[in-house]
Amino acid sequence: MSDIKNIIGKICPEAQFTDGDILEVTVPDMVWHPLAEALRNTKGLEFDLLSAVVGMDWKENFGVVYYLTSTVRNWDMLTVKVIAADREDPMIHSVSDIWGVANFQEREVFDFFGIKFINHPDMRRFFLRNDWVGYPLRKDYDASPELNPIRLDDEINEDDTCAYIEQPDGSIVKEDRKVFGPDEYVINVGPQHPSTHGVMRFRCALDGEIINKVDIVSGYIHRGIEKLCESLGYPQTLHFTDRMDYMSAHMNRHCLCMCVEKALGIEVPKRAQVIRTMMDELMRISSHLLSFGCAAMDLGATTAFFYGFREREQVLDIFEKTCGARMSMNYNVIGGVVADLHPDFRKDVKALIEIMPERLKEYHKVFTGNIIAQNRMKGVGILPKENAISYAITGPSGRGSNFSCDCRKKHPYAVYDEVDFDEVLLDGCDSFSRYMVRMKEIEQSCRILEQLVDRIPEGEIRAQVPKLIKLPVGHWYQQVEASRGTFGVYIESDGGKTPYRMHFQSPCFNLVGAVDQCTRGLMIADLITVEAILDFVIPDIDR
Amino acid sequence: MVMKEPKIKSMSRSDFKDNEYIDQLVEELNATGANVMVGMFDDLINWGRANSLWPFCFGTSCCAIEFMCLGAARYDMARFGFEVARNSPRQADFIMVQGTIVHRMAPVLRRLYEQLAEPKYVIAAGSCAVSGGPFKNSYCVLPGVDKILPVDVYMPGCPPRPEAMFYGLMQLQRKIKVQKFFGGANRKEKREDFFREHPEERGLI
Repeated sequence: MSDIKNIIGKICPEAQFTDGDILEVTVPDMVWHPLAEALRNTKGLEFDLLSAVVGMDWKENFGVVYYLTSTVRNWDMLTVKVIAADREDPMIHSVSDIWGVANFQEREVFDFFGIKFINHPDMRRFFLRNDWVGYPLRKDYDASPELNPIRLDDEINEDDTCAYIEQPDGSIVKEDRKVFGPDEYVINVGPQHPSTHGVMRFRCALDGEIINKVDIVSGYIHRGIEKLCESLGYPQTLHFTDRMDYMSAHMNRHCLCMCVEKALGIEVPKRAQVIRTMMDELMRISSHLLSFGCAAMDLGATTAFFYGFREREQVLDIFEKTCGARMSMNYNVIGGVVADLHPDFRKDVKALIEIMPERLKEYHKVFTGNIIAQNRMKGVGILPKENAISYAITGPSGRGSNFSCDCRKKHPYAVYDEVDFDEVLLDGCDSFSRYMVRMKEIEQSCRILEQLVDRIPEGEIRAQVPKLIKLPVGHWYQQVEASRGTFGVYIESDGGKTPYRMHFQSPCFNLVGAVDQCTRGLMIADLITVEAILDFVIPDIDR
Repeated sequence: MVMKEPKIKSMSRSDFKDNEYIDQLVEELNATGANVMVGMFDDLINWGRANSLWPFCFGTSCCAIEFMCLGAARYDMARFGFEVARNSPRQADFIMVQGTIVHRMAPVLRRLYEQLAEPKYVIAAGSCAVSGGPFKNSYCVLPGVDKILPVDVYMPGCPPRPEAMFYGLMQLQRKIKVQKFFGGANRKEKREDFFREHPEERGLI
């Protein structure tokens, strides 16, 4: 850690350091861009993965917190706090030229806080309508419905965008731009389209059937969860996590619980840890089964959908018996889990593990081996490993590009360090590899379940937690491996009973950032393949 | 000709709630009276309409996944005639709003509703569509789709279980069975009332 301090101190003498479980560097905006380049490229630093971007309003000034990870140096993490100089017109230099993922992340920050990113190529709102008044996550936001009534007219000037370009003399000039050129032929896919996996809108510039560019319009299910959390107590915020990525409900909630437990220093009983791990893996199986069925259906193979859903129902039955619901289980709570296991739990899990190998063979027979499926997936949507890291594509999609990014291995949590499983890695970098990673992960999840099902220790299911949960002053970041990649929770507390700022770093947000990359030069029908296999969940992107 | 109360094959009257509402509709129809021939045709057509309802799924979040379970083998909505889920509003009988509707989505939803062919119905599935659900207090969430659309059936639940969805869909069938198809469906007048009460939202298309 002191090495890193020395190297950063040499590059940037203005930097202030704060020790913690992740080293924190605070810098003013002036030095941020050169520092970012150095952090990315200098030997001994090599922070090549931008894990999270969190916009902040500290009342006296605005800023952005960047979480960086080094994939080559043993998954080492670093926090960089960048503070904007001016509260009236906050500006920060963009790092979208260094990490690809920053492009959309910075647009999100702009949408929520009105922080303008200098040299960002496309400074549009991301989630809210382009005629929205105000920036909702600012602490002084005026939420009166008169300012933003329910508008039933269409948004106009969708093609307009702008960039804030820094001139050689240091002044900032606003440059108006257009998303598409006047000669481009643009067709619209979505927001209500059966194959887009939810309400995502793609505007594609086409040359015949070939895609030249995809412009992503998001926010059709943006519910403002992060703002809502700021007015609720910590236990009350838990239920939102189940409704973001509903296919990784257990993992998301696990992550938020762990973040609060970390802040409070609560030791979770062993039994609860094992139950949480098992539920996470069951959730992963159910999610991958759904993803298999829906991807097959999007590609036109309706039968495979029924096969996938047959086994998924079996998993949902296990959830229903223990948690009381098929979806939105609300099972994890701060300190443990809400209820003990159903007496049938072990029997049901064993039954599931027993049938899965047979059923997976059946899936491969029904769908994977099909020549049409193979032709539609192989070599489609190429995403090389460098791009996967630059765009922070984690989860099965990243591992299909041979990017080893499994949080369960890198930062083990719960009881993942006590079980034996493989991180599935394939190097095809195409849709077929991503699809195969999912299918193989089902096997690995079964392996984890098999090891744990007879080893559930007796004991408490919940630690003692105070009735009124108040976090000390500070901020925490926690990651878990959700079904679609690394899910992160950032909490900043000012000591009160509600969070000062809560940010959810969703894996799907990054996935959608790579769609434009993956689809250039492909046919329009391949857009459906690429997004079906990337398998993003839209409410997780929009939050 | 006297209109009788609607029958659903799979469920008896006493198992349904809100029977008074259906009774009231029947009474209204009987009060105005109907020609025997027209009444016979009404019955026949309503029988057909109620048993081949084509949904237009407007799924935005979790409820849409539960609706997919309805389509899969275990729950199998083909038993009730709902299986022809259309992706174009012009081919569907009713719009099923599943999930939260936010400000950016509101004009899209309204436009799709206007594109549905007559006679058309709206189902609000899940607590988000009913009232905004857990996101009611948010800055950009509609507190229920009934702010912009006339809703026929509300399905509570977060998300509603497949059984609950079936129940809601069967309620819609019952409603359709007590409507006049010829000589002006009583629906249409009700919708005029709705838009009269929401005049500021009229002039979209």
